Amino acid sequence: MTMRPLALHPLAWWAWALALAVAATRVSDVRVVALLLAAVVAVVILRRDDSPWARSFPAYLVLGGCIVVVRIAFHVAVGIKSPGTVLLDLPRVRTPDWAVGIELFGPVTSTGLATAAAAGLRLALLVVCFGAANALANPKRALRALPASLHHMGSAVVIAISVTPQLVAAAVGVRRAQRLRGTPRRGARAVLASAVPVLTDALDRSLALAASMDSRGYARTLPGRSDRRVGALLLLALLSAAFGTYALLAGSPVLQSAGMLAAGAAAAVVASVLAGRQVQRSRYRPDVWGRPETLVALAGTVAAGLLIASSGAAGQLLLAAAGAALAAAPALGSRRFAS
Amino acid sequence: MNRTALRMEHVTVTYPGATRPVLRDVCLDVPEGELCLVIGPTGAGKSTLLRAACSLVPHFTGGTLAGRVLLDGRDTRDHLPRDLADVVGVVGQDPAAGFVTDIVEEELAYAMEQLGLAPAVMRKRVEEVLDLLGLAALRDRPLSGLSGGEQQRVAIGAVITAQPRVLVLDEPTSALDPAAAEDVLAALTRLVHDLGMTVVLAEHRLERVVQYADRVVAVAADGSVTDGPPQDVLATAAVVPPIVDLGLLAGWDPLPLSVRDARRRAPALRARLAPGLARDVDRPTAPSPEVLTARDVHVHHGRLASRRRPGPGSTADCAPGATGVHAVRGVNLTLRAGDVVALMGRNGSGKTSLLWALQGSGRRNRGSVQVAPGPSDVGPARADPARLSPRDARRRVALVPNTPQDLLFRESVAAECAEADGSAPGTTRALLDDLAPGIPGQAHPRDLSEGQRLALALAVQLAATPRVLLLDEPTRGLDYAAKRHLAEVLVRHAAGGGAVLLSSHDVEFVAECASRVVVMADGDVVADGTAAEVLVSSPVFAPQVAKILHPLPLLTVAQARRAMERTP
Repeated sequence: MTMRPLALHPLAWWAWALALAVAATRVSDVRVVALLLAAVVAVVILRRDDSPWARSFPAYLVLGGCIVVVRIAFHVAVGIKSPGTVLLDLPRVRTPDWAVGIELFGPVTSTGLATAAAAGLRLALLVVCFGAANALANPKRALRALPASLHHMGSAVVIAISVTPQLVAAAVGVRRAQRLRGTPRRGARAVLASAVPVLTDALDRSLALAASMDSRGYARTLPGRSDRRVGALLLLALLSAAFGTYALLAGSPVLQSAGMLAAGAAAAVVASVLAGRQVQRSRYRPDVWGRPETLVALAGTVAAGLLIASSGAAGQLLLAAAGAALAAAPALGSRRFAS
Repeated sequence: MNRTALRMEHVTVTYPGATRPVLRDVCLDVPEGELCLVIGPTGAGKSTLLRAACSLVPHFTGGTLAGRVLLDGRDTRDHLPRDLADVVGVVGQDPAAGFVTDIVEEELAYAMEQLGLAPAVMRKRVEEVLDLLGLAALRDRPLSGLSGGEQQRVAIGAVITAQPRVLVLDEPTSALDPAAAEDVLAALTRLVHDLGMTVVLAEHRLERVVQYADRVVAVAADGSVTDGPPQDVLATAAVVPPIVDLGLLAGWDPLPLSVRDARRRAPALRARLAPGLARDVDRPTAPSPEVLTARDVHVHHGRLASRRRPGPGSTADCAPGATGVHAVRGVNLTLRAGDVVALMGRNGSGKTSLLWALQGSGRRNRGSVQVAPGPSDVGPARADPARLSPRDARRRVALVPNTPQDLLFRESVAAECAEADGSAPGTTRALLDDLAPGIPGQAHPRDLSEGQRLALALAVQLAATPRVLLLDEPTRGLDYAAKRHLAEVLVRHAAGGGAVLLSSHDVEFVAECASRVVVMADGDVVADGTAAEVLVSSPVFAPQVAKILHPLPLLTVAQARRAMERTP
């Protein structure tokens, strides 16, 4: 029997990445952010496979880089200039009276630049964490872990994800074909010439897909099992969520608002279970949650805890380094094999 | 007595807005375990018949269905397509358009997940289907990276895991090269023979499937249907494969349907034809002027640094943007006035890349292309189309891509024609009437049949009066009559001082129109010679007539007929 590599449960990677993303919003030291970024990139490089979604990771890195650059450019152009060593003395530009308080250019100081870079880097780290989860776990497999009542919604999202690249490919193909016809490349006519075939093609494709899904049993319901209680419960959940949130914001006693929210959540869970009973479907080879999954999720959450605790603490760099090392720990895992 | 798997009782289908029914009073009984082949001219309602057989008509497409369709005893009036998933499996024309997941194994399990089968049952059935269709090596592969034949087999596997009694397929081999088509058909016959499944399939390329059919259902242009054993129906059908044509010519009764049967009877026919053939030697002619000269053409797609070679039969290297593929490797090609050249080779051998590179709008990394001007072009004697503007380039060399609808974007045929006319109003319409007479001007291009749409795209491109005409897989969805007409048009274009280069998997069409055949494999030209030389000797590309009459250098029934008439 052939050995096949078994991927970790996608939710483990999402838990890890989300915990680190939360940590990224809470740390302010550039060195800590850089450490964390290095940890995330190391894990992705060592653990990703050769799938299309894994190959998209460099795009997230580039996006992160752009964010840092844009953030710094904004700081130079309109940022509030903080005191410190002047690196570049740009002349101030006077703005009209209605734009009072906004100052264009002005001296660029080392501290200001460092703050801007750190803020940009933090944002970039958020994006990279999201990209890491996407690269390490097949996004479509993550959606498979949804409860049965959300199955139809999950399918819709999966199709939307796969349609976008198809649409881009179709648009490229049509533009190439239009050149064969000598259609001008710019102007309203060119837009019309490429939009019409792309849209009709997309429509044809979605009809073909819908026909294929329908004849393969998608959305098959069990006869006579439509449950009116689901609607009522969902309404109840929505109302208690609304009132609970209002109570929370209006400063009512915590117990009252929290109780409302909890009741709403409970109603939603019951509705989901009831709705799930109407859907007859099973899961082929569901992902298993074992010890490696727990370890990865723990590595992320504990590291995030350490990093958040490190800000302002006594031996902060030491704590942060420990956190980053823990965040990078999943890189050591080997690929599992199942027979 | 076998049980009836599919029964149609007086079925008449009318689409909304149509003046006449697509299918008229169809009565059909398909017993369990038969392979039933649906034939008929383009637009005659073959697809409608298939969709009515799986309840997509009328539940999904609209329209009214009179009469009754019973699938294993279940009436389609009372059952939606989704409720019949365990009785009938459907594979559409483009298998990739119907994929829901992105990995082979998950796709195979999808229908079973919807039916709510137990995990252990699903696992067992997936393993069985992987072995049955020869997909075990592909189980973890992404669907988008598979070749056409592999995708088709996965699509078949994805519906048979639900263990339906009936399998319905619409043109399962039309986009495949001959070898991949053989794989798919072998898988289908295995399902029929070993599992007793009922297969209903429509196909234009009868030469590929007719030998496997137990029953043929012929849909006529008026929507009436006749069915019966293949020999009986084909003897009078409007569309027949070359083997039947040859059998009728030779007066064989019963008609042979496989090359093997025909070859057993062929010695007498060969003896009759040989004397008429001796006089058919090619008279040497002075070489006509070169109209397109390509030297050392290389095309790379994506980063070549990765040095990844495409897998055998992979389609990924057809698609521009695939990473690191050397799609065309130093091709030299000369087209002379009067040439109709067919470019053959398996899927992904670089045919499409070469056509686009020759037209000048596709990628060309190295090499030169020189094209003579068209009759209405006042430019220099020879020029590289890649250096010209798209408008000037297409007056020398025009390409009809494999998706001709991509060229069309106006709301009516008349508007398309006016758009293409340029300075001389009416030229495109005249060309279109010559290619496919009787298309109403107010029709929307998307409502045309495949043949009519190709004719419109061809007319649009011919309106620029190009010297060289390039066509990428032009015969998809065309019936024999439409292909014969297309072949005439191409030969006429060449006879008028132009040249035609077309890529095709359709050996019978190539035999009919090509004077020269170029075979590509893995980006190289591996054979270049007259059609008779290349096709007769090839085990894969030989047309049926050549296989039957081997070693006589005859490719088509028309040639055999001429040889017979010349026999004293």
